[in-house]
Amino acid sequence: MTHGVVIIGAGHAAGAMAAALRQGGFADPITLVGEEPLPPYQRPPLSKAWLRGEAGAAELLLRPLAYYADKDIGLRLSTRAISIDRAGKTVQLDTGATLAYDTLVLATGSSLRKLAVPGADSAGIFELRSAADADRIKAALGPGKRLAVVGGGYIGLEVAASARALGVEVVVIEREARLLARVASETLSAYFARCHAAHGVAIVQGAAVCGFEVRDDLVAGVRLADGRNFACDLAVVGIGALANDALAAAAGLDCRGGIMVDANARTADASIFAIGDCACRPVARYGRTLRLESVPNALEQAKLAAAALCGKPAPRPEAPWFWSDQYDVRLQIAGLPFDVARQVVRGDPASGRFAVFHLDGAGCLQALEAVNSPAEFVAARQWIAARQVIDPARAADSALAVRQIVDLSVTASPPAA
Amino acid sequence: MPKVTYIEHDGNRHDIEVPVGLSVMRGAVDNGVPGIDADCGGECACATCHVYVDPAWLAATGQRGEMEQSMLGFAAGTRENSRLSCQIATTAALDGLVVTMPEGQH
Repeated sequence: MTHGVVIIGAGHAAGAMAAALRQGGFADPITLVGEEPLPPYQRPPLSKAWLRGEAGAAELLLRPLAYYADKDIGLRLSTRAISIDRAGKTVQLDTGATLAYDTLVLATGSSLRKLAVPGADSAGIFELRSAADADRIKAALGPGKRLAVVGGGYIGLEVAASARALGVEVVVIEREARLLARVASETLSAYFARCHAAHGVAIVQGAAVCGFEVRDDLVAGVRLADGRNFACDLAVVGIGALANDALAAAAGLDCRGGIMVDANARTADASIFAIGDCACRPVARYGRTLRLESVPNALEQAKLAAAALCGKPAPRPEAPWFWSDQYDVRLQIAGLPFDVARQVVRGDPASGRFAVFHLDGAGCLQALEAVNSPAEFVAARQWIAARQVIDPARAADSALAVRQIVDLSVTASPPAA
Repeated sequence: MPKVTYIEHDGNRHDIEVPVGLSVMRGAVDNGVPGIDADCGGECACATCHVYVDPAWLAATGQRGEMEQSMLGFAAGTRENSRLSCQIATTAALDGLVVTMPEGQH
């Protein structure tokens, strides 16, 4: 009997994997096991349009519910996998049921880091990972409410921007000396600090949270180690995430801050794949094994694993990329800033439209941060993949069109328009 | 419901009824039409829902937006009739629309 593919997780990676398998002609059974009650949905809007009440539930879903029935993809929602029997090739579910698999895909995602300080489990303190989390935050936000965001990363800043649009007073408290300290250049951090301040957000940097003030079991303030205290009606904590690899580790799979996989997203057990936030994967472009938390990474790995299972050639490797929307700012990042020797800024950050080129010692483009500069972003994705050497002076010269930064005779041919 | 015809790069045709208001991208994704990836979910952030609009429908589908123009300006295989399908909302006037997918979105 054919048991087909069992996918643990029903998030972006899992949904994309199931769809890619069916598109690739995979005819065996496919079953998704997800802890949340929803079929696969998009998380990026949760901190943006969804929080502002501008997106409907149907828009959030990756695909409509009918798609899964139509494509014969089984959904076991509100269900948790509790153990894997690799020898017997079965998964034990918390419903008491046991699922047999030919191939198992772990798409278990990540969980948010907890802030271990007094009062952190009080009512009114939220994290934002799921649609249910977002709904709770949305219900607590309103004009005149005071929100304390702990953690100046992308989620925290996006929540801050959405909350300002709803007339909420916002303070962002960041432990490091600058916002986005681990994920953005100093130029970009400084830009976002100014941008949020201009939108009325109080930014507190280099500040450690040592506890929450609690009144009647409800959060009333955030206390800093330096003695400062910020009164609030609610708090959102976004201080990073950890791979959900406990299930894999318990099954004896190699986990080192994520489930270790090869270039096809396969673990050392040939019958088990791991994709998305939970996986540590080789990223050939940078010669490193990395755990990436992003939708494009989840989609790329879903396609890699599906191609392997369908016996198709692997898709072309992509440079990792990310995006974030805050106010009227569209940030797009291509690549990862490894081995960077030099940064070049193109455009004036004060204009709200600029790009930061990250070049290695040989002048090769490693990463690019684009603020309201989509042309630079699209070009950079191609240049990074091609290990294009960039002339810093040309990159910085805004009088040149993007396509003129690189001599066209040595790059991709121009559009045939 | 307006009918949209999606033609894969290899010529495979898909006639899909797309509800008014939904994007042409969403019509493909919701129905499992291959060839439109839409990695960003319709935010005009990724340029992986690139289509060629049948020339007869170019006027009816309107102009590229500024962001879309920039994204397409440097995408591989861009032509005069290139659009990002997340930026085309389906309307009654687009009943019969024909779009063709490029060889790849990446």
